[in-house]
Amino acid sequence: MIRPAGLGEQLRRSLAVARKDIRIYYVKGPVVIFGLLIPLFLFLAFSLGNRFASVPFLISGLLAMTVFFTATAVSPVIFPWETQARTLERLAAAPITVPALVFGDVLASFLFGALIALVPVGIGVALGVTITSPAALLAGILLAALCFASLGVLLAVPPARAPQNIMMLSSLIKFPLIFISGIFIPVESLPAWGRVLAAASPLTYFTDIARAAMGEANAYPVALDLAVLAAFSLLFLGAAMLLHARTLSKRL
Amino acid sequence: MSKAIEVHDLRKAYNGRTAVDGISFDVHSGEVFGFLGPNGAGKTTTVRMLTGIIAPDSGSIAILGHDIVQEPVRGKQAIGVVPETANAYDDLTAWQNLMLMADLYGLRRPAARRPAADLLEELGLADRRDQKVAGFSKGMRQRLILAMALLHDPQLLFLDEPTSGLDVQSTHLMLEILGERSRAGTTIFLTTHNMDEANRLCDRVGIIRAGRIAAIDSPERLKQAINRMFMIEVGFDRPVEAPVFAGLPGIDRVSKHGDTWRLETADTDAAIASVVAAARSSGARILSLSTLSPTLDEVYLRLTGGDA
Ligand SMILES: Nc1ncnc2c1ncn2[C@@H]1O[C@H](COP(=O)(O)OP(=O)(O)O)[C@@H](O)[C@H]1O
Ligand SMILES: [Mg+2]
Repeated sequence: MIRPAGLGEQLRRSLAVARKDIRIYYVKGPVVIFGLLIPLFLFLAFSLGNRFASVPFLISGLLAMTVFFTATAVSPVIFPWETQARTLERLAAAPITVPALVFGDVLASFLFGALIALVPVGIGVALGVTITSPAALLAGILLAALCFASLGVLLAVPPARAPQNIMMLSSLIKFPLIFISGIFIPVESLPAWGRVLAAASPLTYFTDIARAAMGEANAYPVALDLAVLAAFSLLFLGAAMLLHARTLSKRL
Repeated sequence: MSKAIEVHDLRKAYNGRTAVDGISFDVHSGEVFGFLGPNGAGKTTTVRMLTGIIAPDSGSIAILGHDIVQEPVRGKQAIGVVPETANAYDDLTAWQNLMLMADLYGLRRPAARRPAADLLEELGLADRRDQKVAGFSKGMRQRLILAMALLHDPQLLFLDEPTSGLDVQSTHLMLEILGERSRAGTTIFLTTHNMDEANRLCDRVGIIRAGRIAAIDSPERLKQAINRMFMIEVGFDRPVEAPVFAGLPGIDRVSKHGDTWRLETADTDAAIASVVAAARSSGARILSLSTLSPTLDEVYLRLTGGDA
């Protein structure tokens, strides 16, 4: 006899939710547009304007943007889409807890965020970038994907019905983050207020890990970067689980 | 007889407006219980609370012995739900939707394939199995939703207006399957605003109106109540005022419809005598007089506060 409320069984059900998300939502447009094209354009624009930036510096920035945009491309809109398509009530009636449901959505975004990293890293390697500490890079990519996917699902908490509203809200948060996270200007060369802002952005720490792993100068010790990313992940994931449990019924 | 559902003093308000106002009732194991009421009566709100989708403001709900608020997962595991406005995933095929349900209800895939295929067959969707739901008609979608609710073979099935707006064939098929499941021992809780459907399918019917239960009885006994309620329609050759009928024996309620009066009565004989007496005393002549046996709708409307 299965124990439906047990952790193992709920995790299996999270996997089913993630599989459904991947089948349905990740084949839609936003992933490609937001996850790959926007970072690529930003990257090209920036590298054309900055002849002096080194290739590893540019590639680590591209990697950070790609993982960030991909992991947050779909995660904020899954709940609004399901509300609009009226599929959410069917899920709410199923024997899966809200945290398990949220975790399933995070898992799907995490997978895409982590896998997409192969593209910028591949481009980097093709351009002659040496990965000096692959283990740190891998750990950074995995933690960053988890962190950004959780952030994305957390952004879906306001029970807005129109997916466009959440898209707009999440863009308002996502784009400024790009500019305060040391992607275009190294954290070390920012003024004091800029460094404070940068320290508040989880994206800063992933960019920092990527710089270190590609042999570039970076701002913080890698162990600290990883610890802060892990702390942000726990915070975002926990908050998303807690808050969605409160707002889910307001969507029906 | 054991209880499949026990509800005590259930309440729910939305932004201060009461939707469900302290209802209590039991549903016995194996019965088909109909929840009958007009739009806005509080049926969907009740079903959502019973199925653990929204939390009640107060009151208690035991579903197959589980407190649905304290143990939502165990309660939900044991029941099947056809929500009022729910869709299957358009971008998945019928089969993929069913397999998603299998996973969410913890069925292992090999064990789920057989019942899934049988249900598609039973509901006339076998040849659509690998087509995306996006191309399905409303009837096909609703049949798929029923299949999704039945896949884990629940002991207790909730359906919220499952046939509302559905084509005749799909309605017939769905009701037939509900009958079959009921004979096989499944307890069914069904909401509807269709008296005939409730009458045809249900062992007992609860009539809900403005968040309160107006009556709970078997359709047979509701019918007996109907048989005790007759209507007399009478027309006079000149205008007659309502007070003429006041206090006359056998007349329970009076209403005017155009040139004729409708009088409700439980005693036709006394009522006709009273009408004749009223005509004499006011100097009017009776032009027409007929007795009407009430329709199910009239009783229903009367119990739910509408004007018959
Ligand atoms: N999510 C909601 N927010 C606010 N009011 C609601 C909500 N759902 C239902 N209501 C109100 O509660 C009352 C009962 O509605 P409902 O349970 O849907 O009735 P029924 O299913 O019998 O038609 C109605 O007055 C309706 O307007
Ligand atoms: Mg309803």
